[in-house]
Amino acid sequence: MSTLPSSPDTAHAQQPGPSHSPLHAPAPHESGLKHTSGEALYVDDLPSPPGMLVGHLVTSTHAHARILRRDASRARELPGVHAVLLAEDIPGDNQVGPVVHDEPLMAVDEVLFLGQTVALVLAENAAVARRAAALVEVEYEPLPALLSIKAAVDAGSFLTTPHVIGRGDPDAALAAAPVRISGECMTGAQDHFYLETQASLAVSGEDDTVHLWSSTQHPSEVQAIVAGVLGVGRHHVVVEVPRMGGGFGGKETQAAPFAALAALGARATGRPVKVWLNRDQDMAFTGKRHPFWGHYEAGLDSEGRLLALNVELVSDGGWSTDLSHAILDRALFHLDNAYFVPALRFTGRVARTNLPSNTAFRGFGGPQGMFVMEEVLNRAAELLGLDPAVVRERNYYREAPAQLTPYGQAVEGNRLPRIHAELMASSDYARRRAEIEAFNKGSRWTKRGIGFQPVKFGISFTTSFLNQAGALVVVYTDGSVQLNHGGTEMGQGLHTKMRAVCAHELGVPPERVRVMNTATDKVPNTSATAASSGSDLNGMAVKQACEVIRERLRPVAARLLQAERGGEVDALAFTGGRVFLPARPERSVSFAEVVHAAYLAQVSLSSTGYYRTPDISYDRVAGRGKPFHYYAFGAAVVEVEVSGLTGEHRVRRVDILHDVGTSLVPSIDRGQVEGAFIQGVGWLTCEEVLFDAKGRLVTHSPDTYKIPAVGDAPEDFRVALLERAPQDSTIHGSKAVGEPPFMLAIGAVTALRHAVAAFGPSRTPVELASPATPEAILRAVEVARAAGALPDGKD
Amino acid sequence: MERLRFFLNDKPVEETGLSPTTTLLRYLRDRVHLTGTKEGCAEGDCGACTVAVLEHDSQGAPALRAVNSCLVLLPMVQGKRVYTVEALKEGGKYHVVQEMLARELGSQCGYCTPGIAMAMLEACHRRDMDEPWKLDAQMCGNLCRCTGYRPIREAANQVAGLRPQDRFARALAEARPEPMALAYEAGAQRFFTPGSMDALWDVLDKHPDARFVMGGTDLSLEVTKRYAEPPLLVSLEALPELHVLEPRGGGHRLGATVWLTDLEDYARVACPPLERMLRYFGSRQIKNRATVGGNLCTASPIGDMAPVLLSLGAEAVLRSRAGERRVPLEDFFQGYRRTALGRGEVLAYVDVPAQPEGARALAYKVSKRRELDISAVSAGFRVVVDGEGKVTEARLAYGGMAATPARARRTEAALVGQPWTEATVEAALARLDEDFKPLSDHRGSAWYRAQVAKNLLRGFFHETLSTPVPRLAEGHSATVQVR
Ligand SMILES: Cc1cc2nc3c(=O)[nH]c(=O)nc-3n(C[C@H](O)[C@H](O)[C@H](O)COP(=O)(O)OP(=O)(O)OC[C@H]3O[C@@H](n4cnc5c(N)ncnc54)[C@H](O)[C@@H]3O)c2cc1C
Ligand code: FES
Ligand code: FES
Repeated sequence: MSTLPSSPDTAHAQQPGPSHSPLHAPAPHESGLKHTSGEALYVDDLPSPPGMLVGHLVTSTHAHARILRRDASRARELPGVHAVLLAEDIPGDNQVGPVVHDEPLMAVDEVLFLGQTVALVLAENAAVARRAAALVEVEYEPLPALLSIKAAVDAGSFLTTPHVIGRGDPDAALAAAPVRISGECMTGAQDHFYLETQASLAVSGEDDTVHLWSSTQHPSEVQAIVAGVLGVGRHHVVVEVPRMGGGFGGKETQAAPFAALAALGARATGRPVKVWLNRDQDMAFTGKRHPFWGHYEAGLDSEGRLLALNVELVSDGGWSTDLSHAILDRALFHLDNAYFVPALRFTGRVARTNLPSNTAFRGFGGPQGMFVMEEVLNRAAELLGLDPAVVRERNYYREAPAQLTPYGQAVEGNRLPRIHAELMASSDYARRRAEIEAFNKGSRWTKRGIGFQPVKFGISFTTSFLNQAGALVVVYTDGSVQLNHGGTEMGQGLHTKMRAVCAHELGVPPERVRVMNTATDKVPNTSATAASSGSDLNGMAVKQACEVIRERLRPVAARLLQAERGGEVDALAFTGGRVFLPARPERSVSFAEVVHAAYLAQVSLSSTGYYRTPDISYDRVAGRGKPFHYYAFGAAVVEVEVSGLTGEHRVRRVDILHDVGTSLVPSIDRGQVEGAFIQGVGWLTCEEVLFDAKGRLVTHSPDTYKIPAVGDAPEDFRVALLERAPQDSTIHGSKAVGEPPFMLAIGAVTALRHAVAAFGPSRTPVELASPATPEAILRAVEVARAAGALPDGKD
Repeated sequence: MERLRFFLNDKPVEETGLSPTTTLLRYLRDRVHLTGTKEGCAEGDCGACTVAVLEHDSQGAPALRAVNSCLVLLPMVQGKRVYTVEALKEGGKYHVVQEMLARELGSQCGYCTPGIAMAMLEACHRRDMDEPWKLDAQMCGNLCRCTGYRPIREAANQVAGLRPQDRFARALAEARPEPMALAYEAGAQRFFTPGSMDALWDVLDKHPDARFVMGGTDLSLEVTKRYAEPPLLVSLEALPELHVLEPRGGGHRLGATVWLTDLEDYARVACPPLERMLRYFGSRQIKNRATVGGNLCTASPIGDMAPVLLSLGAEAVLRSRAGERRVPLEDFFQGYRRTALGRGEVLAYVDVPAQPEGARALAYKVSKRRELDISAVSAGFRVVVDGEGKVTEARLAYGGMAATPARARRTEAALVGQPWTEATVEAALARLDEDFKPLSDHRGSAWYRAQVAKNLLRGFFHETLSTPVPRLAEGHSATVQVR
């Protein structure tokens, strides 16, 4: 019988090197070379199972309408069509709402946005499916549609009750404040524009089981929703994620409906089914970053210190709740950004419109909240004739009682004062600002501006129970390792980091660790890979699982090394693929040898790991609690140049200093910082989501929707990670990095305002809409110029 | 019946029965399961589908060109050598382009990466990567949502112009133009690529309703976005007579089928206003396929070649079996997407005349995003100023302001006979609102278009004060280069 494991290499001669740990060292992306060769597989690249059908969505052509009739009989007769499914063909629940159950998979008697699924065509190929879709008859009676936050507010259409966070008596403080500023501001939607569109492949098996390959950030939720739709237990559904071609939040909840449709199709036809959206479908059917409307009233002293702030926020949730609750909460939690406000009242509510259901997007409401605060500070600086960086510094959280956030969590380990000082020096801010002022005096049509932006961002899911993660580590008898964890890889480098953690704990080279596809049958009941928490949560779970195995191996290794005396067992080092006593490094055994010996000694070579974040909770009714495990910090200095003729701008230079604790893999973290920053610049400048008067998305492809291209990246881009900054009680002292740097991009807005103001007399109030497209900038320039043309305009 | 024949990663391929409007991208992914090449948009705007094709530039030299496989119809690569990302790794060894991308962490999610690698491959084998701005111009057709581009730029910089001794170098050294004339048919669809003018006229005699196609960067969108199945396409790609690019009578003859990449290279020295327009036209991949003829014949109000050519006084040369006729470009555009082309007639050349003494000329393109975007407003200006400083002639042509590219006749009239001063320009600008009533759309409001149209003329005045025909500054350059 060949059940014996092959014998591992038993060479003793090899000397272990100093430290082979891949932790805290720059490394390429774990799939980097495979990306460049096309060998990296995404859902749509998997070999098509025999007999695979294409699932094609028939969607509503009205933003809001009653459905009078649905008839798929003509479509079903078309050769090559295997089935056309309607809501009544769903065996389980016609429901895919992730938190609130307000999202039917297929519409029955009413459609609530243009693009809502009404029927699913299953056909031999895409061309037949399209033809069949055109034959599905749906008769609508159009109803009035709410297509903006304003329209929804006027109609009293909301998805949530108000969430209020308050402190002190802001009205009295406002009345007494020497300087008062009030106004409204809007931030726009943003399409995720992950390069890989939504994709799912479902294969049904025996006993009503189904196996899905889905491009999702949340395989466990896809599993739950698919089980619900099919009316089977979750144990009948396996969801596997190879890797995603980008997620950014857009595949946190919104991969599920397409997976559910694929599963439904597979169940109905017995054939494998792929549902893949092309770009136009993806952009039209899926939700985006929530647009936010904000109204603010701020009171400040004459030196720009905040005394009071009232803010009312309303977000556009779209047609269903999705994650809008939590996104609004995070917007409220980040209204303060880095600044202490003695008296305040922050109110937030989600409006319900007849637009696609807006969803998670990097920053999760944080950027939208923070934007309001930064608008207030920019206006204050412009009004008072102060450097906006100085105004920000004056308002930082400080020692007690000025360390308390509006919701009562203390800002511990505030690194902003340090970051501020280091970045001001390294970016040469003061000198450059003076140079820019001089340049602007001598330049008629072109003006420059510089902006400084600090960020404080709370880390943890604000729905506290979500802060848990699991891992499954499997060691084979040749010493090779398979690592399963609950996180998904969407490009952020999570697998690279988790492999580094695993390799470090087991003391093996990273090449000996293979990170497996994320799958619900390996690590169950996981949370989404979101909220920048992927490494924090999964890293701890991986570490724990590895520790269990390592500790089981320790006595085995001690026996092989004859190092079983008191203290020696615990002192054994696992590093570089070898195990040895640090005092006697010349005598070592290979990890593989230890593993093999452990197997023969009947020691288990696999283990799960589990982690939950301690001590966090939040009381929404009281508006008080400690929702965050810790805060991440960073700051940016952005320099721009604006053309007063066309409103075009370009980013000349960016300096970023960002706090990632002790980086797990610095090269990966730098990539996150850079990518997030540019994505933020896109949100704030060129990316404009537009709907027509019927609620049809106008900007449904990259022809009309413009994310940054290579020339939009700064010519001079200097990113540094804060040094000597280990964080307590996180995985190896590191900090989350996915979202916080996104908001550094607000510095570009401050810089643009600086440049725009230079077209007018000093202390020109700047009216710059968001996103700051060339048109928005040119309008602002014209307003500034007009201020200069007024007879009483000084300068 | 003829077969489709080409070389895919150096292997000869023959196909029949496939629709002639099958895109190269769908062929690669669906038919031969080369899934490295990705679809991100199916409209030429993301670059994820980039592959390389061995072409011959307008001087006949072989060149590796990155193209959007989502817009290339299979018959367009007849006889050519096509390389996909799968061709980069040779004998288990990664190509330098791949090593650099991975080393610089130029990929995060990796979905844009195969396309990035293939765009970099072109850069790697280009002989003219001598100035830094060429890097962004090379890479601007590839969107990446993850990295923020810094590492991609760095990797591209390291490989640009390296020209390693790889399979591509060997192919370039041995390259011989293969005949691509083709008469192909599948189902109810036909695709002809006549190899001579006579063959073209024969096809047109038989099929007077045939549609022409060149790069397909406009036409293919009907296939990929509206699922059209055009019954008969006639490609002009195998007609050497039309593929000319040369000085002529102090001006220039631009063959209708010349790739814009070649035209851009030519114009850099020969005709700076054209280069100004082409630098930020589409992307490298688009310009590697798009042609002058295709751009003018769409008669789109936002076609970028029209304003600059109008301002330079260009003439369209139309050919049919009956012979040749010349039409001033003004008269070539007859209405929204309508041209003066008659049945059986092709646009053969565009002749740009010698520019008069005292001419100041420039072109501008303004869009939401500087790179790879359609113009909100574009403009070509030529003003002739005599020895006394008086304007003797003004040609102010705009795109995006009306149903066709058009001249601002009233504004022009207000300039002529006046001294070329800021006051004259300001006075004339009042007339621009009479010349045009632009529309509002997602690219810009009527207000924005009208305002920018005026500001561009202001900018033109200042920019040409010291240099009558300014060239683009090196590096990333502003639309209007004035302080
Ligand atoms: C991503 C992208 C970006 C783009 N960016 C720009 C841009 O910045 N500026 C811009 O102006 N355009 C842009 N375009 C549009 C398009 O690329 C250009 O109009 C291009 O010049 C068309 O050339 P082509 O050879 O590809 O035309 P094709 O698509 O082959 O043909 C276009 C039309 O012209 C006709 N035609 C072609 N040649 C002739 C001829 N010689 N005689 C008679 N009829 C002919 C065809 O029948 C067809 O109707 C862009 C397109 C894409 C997809
Ligand atoms: S798929 Fe986007 S350019 Fe071809
Ligand atoms: S690496 Fe994800 S889009 Fe470029």
